[in-house]
Amino acid sequence: MSVLVYTESEEGKFKKTALEVASYAKGVADMLGTGVTAVTFNAGDTSELGKYGVSKVLKVNSDKLKKFNAKAYTDALKQAVEKEGSKVVVLSQSANAKYLAPLLAVQLEAGYASNVVALPESTDPLQVKRTAFTNKAFNFTNITTDVKIIGVSKNAFGLKESSAELSEEEFSPNLSDGDFSVEVVSVDKAADKVTIADAEIVVSGGRGMKGPENWGMLEELAETLGAATACSKPVSDMGWRPHSEHVGQTGKPVAANLYIAIGISGAIQHLAGVNASKTKVVINNDPEAPFFKAADYGIVGDAFEVVPKLTEKLKKFKSDNA
Amino acid sequence: MKILVCISHVPDTTSKINFTEGDTKFDTNGVQFVINPNDEFGLTRAMWFKEKQGATVDVVNVGGAETEPTLRKALAIGADSAIRVNTPATDGIYVAKQLAKVFKDGGYDLVIAGRESIDYNGGMVPGMLAGLVGANFVNTCIGLEIEGNEATVIREIDGGKETLRAALPLVIGTQKGIVEESDLRIPNMRGIMQARKKPMNVVEPIETNTNTEAVKFEKPEPRGDIKMIDPENLDELVDLLHNEAKVI
Repeated sequence: MSVLVYTESEEGKFKKTALEVASYAKGVADMLGTGVTAVTFNAGDTSELGKYGVSKVLKVNSDKLKKFNAKAYTDALKQAVEKEGSKVVVLSQSANAKYLAPLLAVQLEAGYASNVVALPESTDPLQVKRTAFTNKAFNFTNITTDVKIIGVSKNAFGLKESSAELSEEEFSPNLSDGDFSVEVVSVDKAADKVTIADAEIVVSGGRGMKGPENWGMLEELAETLGAATACSKPVSDMGWRPHSEHVGQTGKPVAANLYIAIGISGAIQHLAGVNASKTKVVINNDPEAPFFKAADYGIVGDAFEVVPKLTEKLKKFKSDNA
Repeated sequence: MKILVCISHVPDTTSKINFTEGDTKFDTNGVQFVINPNDEFGLTRAMWFKEKQGATVDVVNVGGAETEPTLRKALAIGADSAIRVNTPATDGIYVAKQLAKVFKDGGYDLVIAGRESIDYNGGMVPGMLAGLVGANFVNTCIGLEIEGNEATVIREIDGGKETLRAALPLVIGTQKGIVEESDLRIPNMRGIMQARKKPMNVVEPIETNTNTEAVKFEKPEPRGDIKMIDPENLDELVDLLHNEAKVI
């Protein structure tokens, strides 16, 4: 009956979102008076999960599952849910989790709510609060099935420490050839770059940057902060930056702790995509830019002067506080 | 090759979002509806398969009669025929089951759907459809080539991309990147005239269940006032980010 949580790892290490969904699962388990079981795939040391309330780990170790494969992971998770008799499954909203969640929902005949931002409002019926209209609104959804799947938005719940006695168990799901009917041929991933999905801080540039040749200063600011770089839609449409950096309603959503928008006016579609971020800073030379109405801190000024100066100040701050 | 493109009928991205009937219904008053942007990228790719590989392209929507102008627009862009399943799009599994019936009846090889609609943002219908009909599924697709019975698909992952291979039938959830913004087509007069004569097949829904129920909506709290900082005094910003916002 335990709450089952899919805790994602990379190169054997847990992602921060894995610890966040574990924290969330613990919150749900407390409401239901049960415990938390995590499923891991080729993870190394799982003891960290115990700090976030996980009491049991089902460890799947399989060479076949080295690369993420949605169908095969779905099958494994389904078998884990059945083994544990779980009624609630918690997962993140990473690209991989969003890929497998609807497949798992069909397999388990479960209702699935995505983009959930808080612990359930109630458990009977199970009602969750989720974002809709690309962050322009919240929506309260009842999940009416016996088994329920909750997809938790990144950074919405945070990490909550709560130590639990952790037991581990090897778990070997029965996988069929059909589980691998979609074959992963190659994975192309920049190893050293902070991704928008994982970043705590995002530095984003718009048309006000005047051209791709001026991105160096944004990259330097991002590097100083350990941030990911992003851009507005016109910038990606003009080919100044790759699509993968486009954030906004039709691009990637951003839910960072700190979002710094430089030379971005703040069209409604852009704001929708980034307003799940906790703190927003706007640097723009146009005091009428709509973004100033949607941000926490604003600087009216020339980005080409402000950004390098800000980078210097932050470097000093970092070295003083190192 | 028979392609089915799923079209959601959604408020234009610039729409103000309001609710009515005690915050239980989306207020459509004064709202312009469009093809869901993620679907439009997919439809544009489907046109490429039609023109280069002789595919036929049907579009489908699960919704009331009010969605027909949106389907007509898809026809004006170049789809061959439209199917409207005459029922409100109640929840993800309900819509997926209606589409599964359309898929089986039409014998499609490829289904292209946006990775999510920009209204409800459920992000589940394409995957559920694939799961229900036993087709292969790739989400967040940003590249698609088809040769014979085999598809090569590029999927966006967090921090990169991966290349996958799968046999048809295939369902993809797609987004910008499968075509460029500049590839999108604005229907011309000829397309609009032709679209009027293309078939709009209205089919009645199958009776099936829902698994979730949207109970009510809420608008976010208005933000507090912005703090303006003098560009000559960036130390203040660093201090605020550290001590007040606690983000650095």
